[in-house]
Amino acid sequence: MGRKFDPTNKVKRGPGRKARKQKGAETELAKFLTFVHLLILCSALKRVQVALTPKEEIQPKKGFSDENSEWLTPAKRKRKINQSEGDEDSDSEWEQEEDVVEDLEEGEKEEVEASDDGDEDDDDEMVDDYGAMEDSSEGEEEGADSDGEELLPIERAARKQKKRQKATAQESEEEEDEDSEDEKMIVKEGDEEQEDEDTVQVNLDGVDRFKLPAAAEREKEGLLPVDLQSIHQRIKDNVDVLSHFSEKREEGKERTEYVSLLKADLCTYYSYNAFLMGKLMDLFPHSELVDYLEANEIQRPVTIRTNTLKTRRRDLAQALINRGVNLDPLGKWSKVGLVIFDSSVPIGATPEYLAGHYMLQGASSLLPVMALSPQEGETVLDMSSAPGGKTTYMAQLMRNTGVIVANDASTDRLKSVVGNIHRLGVINTIICNYDGRQFPKVMGGFDRVLLDAPCSGTGVISKDPAVKTSKDETDILRSAHLQKELILAAIDSVNADSHTGGYLVYSTCSVMAEENEWVVDYALKKRNVKLVPTGLDFGKEGFTRFKERRFHPSLKLTRRFYPHSHNMDGFFVAKLKKFSNIIPTAPADSGKMEEKEQPAEADTSVTSEETNTKPANIKTKQQNKIMPQGKATETKQRSKTTSNSETEKPISQSKPEVKSKQIKADGPKKKLVKMDEDDSKEDGKTKKKLQILKVDGETTKKSITEKKEKSLLKKTIKKKRKNLLQKSRMGKNKFMTLKKMLRKQDAGQ
Amino acid sequence: MLSSSTSTVAIFTGARKGKGRDDTAQRPLFLRHSSATLLPRCLCNVFSSLFCSKRFILYSIMRPLTEEETKTMFEKLSKYIGANIKLLVDRPDGTYCFRLHHDRVYYISEKILRLATNMSRDKLVSVGTCFGKFTKTQKFRLHITALDFLAPYAKYKVWVKPGAEQSFLYGNHIMKSGLGRITENTPQYQGVVVYSMADVPLGFGVAAKTTQECRKADPMSIVVFHQADIGEYIRSEDTLT
Repeated sequence: MGRKFDPTNKVKRGPGRKARKQKGAETELAKFLTFVHLLILCSALKRVQVALTPKEEIQPKKGFSDENSEWLTPAKRKRKINQSEGDEDSDSEWEQEEDVVEDLEEGEKEEVEASDDGDEDDDDEMVDDYGAMEDSSEGEEEGADSDGEELLPIERAARKQKKRQKATAQESEEEEDEDSEDEKMIVKEGDEEQEDEDTVQVNLDGVDRFKLPAAAEREKEGLLPVDLQSIHQRIKDNVDVLSHFSEKREEGKERTEYVSLLKADLCTYYSYNAFLMGKLMDLFPHSELVDYLEANEIQRPVTIRTNTLKTRRRDLAQALINRGVNLDPLGKWSKVGLVIFDSSVPIGATPEYLAGHYMLQGASSLLPVMALSPQEGETVLDMSSAPGGKTTYMAQLMRNTGVIVANDASTDRLKSVVGNIHRLGVINTIICNYDGRQFPKVMGGFDRVLLDAPCSGTGVISKDPAVKTSKDETDILRSAHLQKELILAAIDSVNADSHTGGYLVYSTCSVMAEENEWVVDYALKKRNVKLVPTGLDFGKEGFTRFKERRFHPSLKLTRRFYPHSHNMDGFFVAKLKKFSNIIPTAPADSGKMEEKEQPAEADTSVTSEETNTKPANIKTKQQNKIMPQGKATETKQRSKTTSNSETEKPISQSKPEVKSKQIKADGPKKKLVKMDEDDSKEDGKTKKKLQILKVDGETTKKSITEKKEKSLLKKTIKKKRKNLLQKSRMGKNKFMTLKKMLRKQDAGQ
Repeated sequence: MLSSSTSTVAIFTGARKGKGRDDTAQRPLFLRHSSATLLPRCLCNVFSSLFCSKRFILYSIMRPLTEEETKTMFEKLSKYIGANIKLLVDRPDGTYCFRLHHDRVYYISEKILRLATNMSRDKLVSVGTCFGKFTKTQKFRLHITALDFLAPYAKYKVWVKPGAEQSFLYGNHIMKSGLGRITENTPQYQGVVVYSMADVPLGFGVAAKTTQECRKADPMSIVVFHQADIGEYIRSEDTLT
């Protein structure tokens, strides 16, 4: 196109049009060109053809052959890569050439092309720097060409300029990367004192092996602006090395160095503070840790829960689909959950939402209520209920029967509870604003209790990224302390004798073992509760040991959920059953007060009581030895431990096995204790037993039976104590002598 | 049952039928609502003497409504549900009662009431369902939270077209152009319950025109005044408590 210079001269269409066109071009060009020009072009073409064949011979001779060859020499190309660029340039140049040539010589386009190719080939090996002296032969050719075509050397220069620009642009990019890599390689080499000779070798090694940068290098990195790409790559490599440490490690480098580098990189890349990253590294293996951190960067899908008090899931799904919402059932494990993929209307403002047909709730929040499974007609407590999702779910499971007490310590957040309860049509709820720790005093005797404890929020980082940097050792410990107090209060609010219940579900939205397993373990030690299966068949089992701590083996029944493996917020659920209403007073490993339960098992209890009385006797003896009579009452009281005065249950006296450091005054017991003291010299065990039996009467038998139950849990601890005490036991004669001595002393005083 | 039904009739008629033996009508209202057997007669007399004669009203605890308060409230309710109020009180699944707490009227069953008395008054935020609140001048304002109980018993209903749903949910009045259906023979200024075309209750209103007038009305004229709508759960969450 565009070769018709003479519009009046119409070219015929049909076969052989090209020839005609060329003819036409020739004829047109002929107007511009003289015969001399044509001759020169022919000669140039010949030369080019010659040049194409024996390239290599000519190549060493570079530079221009004209009068400008002294100062006008093409520079040598550094890399072969530019050949491709050269090719690209060639296209543009070809076009350029075309534009130029068509004005001048269209008949010799092919020649020009050839010359271009030749030039390109030459150019690839030639440097664009005009100052360099190279390849004069090509230069000569070009010079010849230039002689032939006056504009060509200028064109060539322009071409070369453009090539150079492009080349430098691309080169600079590559060079930067390669330079950085080279630096790294060099540094690493320097570190390890490997060969510095072959850069090629090093490159290959860099591909195969991940090398730790030196401390100096890391410091430098700290100052420089952060290159996230390289850090990400380094993280990946580091994890790879750590997972196959024996094969991929460097000589002389310890695992800790790799780990510390990984920690620093993760902190930088994902914006965590060092404390939290350390905690997470304790929890997860390295590859899983990266998955977890990645999962925390993206939001979990929006989920809703159908309110079965007002509608059914399929009706709701249909109504929402009609509004333009894209949704799906949540999973096999939930009959009320729906996950929203996308929506053309705001999900929190549809008429169905306002009518209370569904509630926006995270998938993980359904789990503790499913574990608790409140039945119709029960009295249930939700200790930390804001914003009311779990409370309303419980109400719908109970079909609006029974009573739910929804408590929250924060007055502001309670408004949302009120709003949600009214909107969803729940009518069996009392909403109050107590501190959860006050709860057994306000009201007790619930069938079931749900404690979704306030936590550090490390499982919901995707919702609140501020957690990444704001959490500290003290925060975690404070949360853990509060959770321990709350769980004890919650346990005390449950009525163990409930026909249908006696369950407590403890859940947090945290992944830290300090807030989860440790708190549950603490509760197991402090109260008469045991863990039962949650009823959730998916999710990871809780830890039975973590770092230096060892938890009760039944912690396996708890469940942990993670964002990267279950695609829901990080969560922990534990279901506890209270089997006795008595609250043990003593510290963890001492025996516990119990009442009722199973009236059977009197025989075995006798023996257990014997063993239990032994240590108590020893203790009394010891105490009697040590302390003068003035303090006798104290020792007596210590020897006879008592239970807490619980409003719920009558005070029953403990067995002597119960070691309490708490001193409780008890009038009638004093008499007994005196008897104790007198008799302790003589009979010790049996007399004491009799006394206890006299005093306690019914309760002892019950306590014995309950002791057996307790012993199921605390056997090992009791044995240990027994052993210890037996070791420290003194012989009877020695005791007698000591007593005599003491009396003498007292008499002397 | 009989005594309570007679008592509710008595409320509406305003007459006190002093039957010989049956002196329930003379007892204050709060005693009538709960089943008569709860309190012994002597105590009832004591209470009645205390409350009616001295008009001693306790503000702070969760207390039953006084006569006047009950009257005001029932009048308001009957605007929407007419004589079906007794269905609210005597339900097959137990007796429900109204209690006043911090100027708000709560509708709760007896079982819950017993448990709620354990809470201290400043810590108790809400019980059962809140029907509405008494203003400073002792007028009763019905809240949207009562919708679930009034909707099934509503006498006069208005259906709104899908296009005008959103407008009503934002708190605007309903215009003739948005009116889908309306029950026959709706008197003017009658309280109505507003539904969507899918029979989902949306709120309360007051009919601005009778049904006949609505038929003839101009499309841009208001036919239902807005009183409460479910959009308030988002718009005015704070006022629910």
